[in-house]
Amino acid sequence: MKAKIKVTLKNGVLDPQGKAIEHALGSMGFSGVNGVRQGKFFEVELAETDKAKAEVLLKQMCEKLIANTVIENYAIELA
Amino acid sequence: MNSAVLLFPGINRETDMVKALEKTTGKKPQVVWHTDTNLPAGTDLVVVPGGFSYGDYLRCGAIAARSPIMADVKAKAAKGLKVLGVCNGFQIITEAGLLPGALVRNADLKFVCKEVRLRVENNQTFFTKKTVKGSIVSCPVAHGEGNYIVDAETLKKIEGEGRVVFRYVEGTNPNGAMNDIAGICNEAGNVIGMMPHPENMIEALHGKQDCLPLFESLLAA
Repeated sequence: MKAKIKVTLKNGVLDPQGKAIEHALGSMGFSGVNGVRQGKFFEVELAETDKAKAEVLLKQMCEKLIANTVIENYAIELA
Repeated sequence: MNSAVLLFPGINRETDMVKALEKTTGKKPQVVWHTDTNLPAGTDLVVVPGGFSYGDYLRCGAIAARSPIMADVKAKAAKGLKVLGVCNGFQIITEAGLLPGALVRNADLKFVCKEVRLRVENNQTFFTKKTVKGSIVSCPVAHGEGNYIVDAETLKKIEGEGRVVFRYVEGTNPNGAMNDIAGICNEAGNVIGMMPHPENMIEALHGKQDCLPLFESLLAA
């Protein structure tokens, strides 16, 4: 079973990398960019075949390692 | 005073820390490998040194914070073991949940390697007892992710309880950290994390010895 996990910075957490990308886009001539937030994307291959069990497992992985819930949100998508 | 210095793959400041502790406490610290599950018996102080544990993969300090040895550090810290995290060590112990908040990319995205000036805000901790409150010490920093952030409520609590131990002197904040915070302690005061490297400002060859009183505090504590 394959899972896709998106980790994004919580609202209000400063994202200097996103800001730098936003500025670069502006200087390249892309107008109308009102904001860029950078995040992380993970693909996790699981041996588990039960969707409910996989979700529980993935949630634990996110809480314990993949995301720092002090500053980040995560979203799990099971294929 | 028995000290231990933790070693993770990618840590590179452990030798400086070992020398600083040996020079100032008179006793050579034990170096403890990350896969060990127990600190040496009788350890009074654990220092998590600087470097780039696990190449800063995932988030700086994230993987080291989940190492086997950290479970013992966390369990013993809850019972009063003194823990000091410097630079990557600060990131590691914060990721481990020993301190609140997080250390994120420097606001200007640049790695900073320079001398900064710190004000001692709290001289009642095990690492500042031999300093004067409000005094200013020079100390080098070398980091790309030292921007301390925390939610507004916790920040208010940390400030209110005098848990900001070191603050960058106004106008010298090298990373955008909230309230110019350079180092904090936990509620009980037995865990301290700081971004600057005091171990690199204690020898005549370092140019200044401003941080000697910090290490001398260890014996007074």
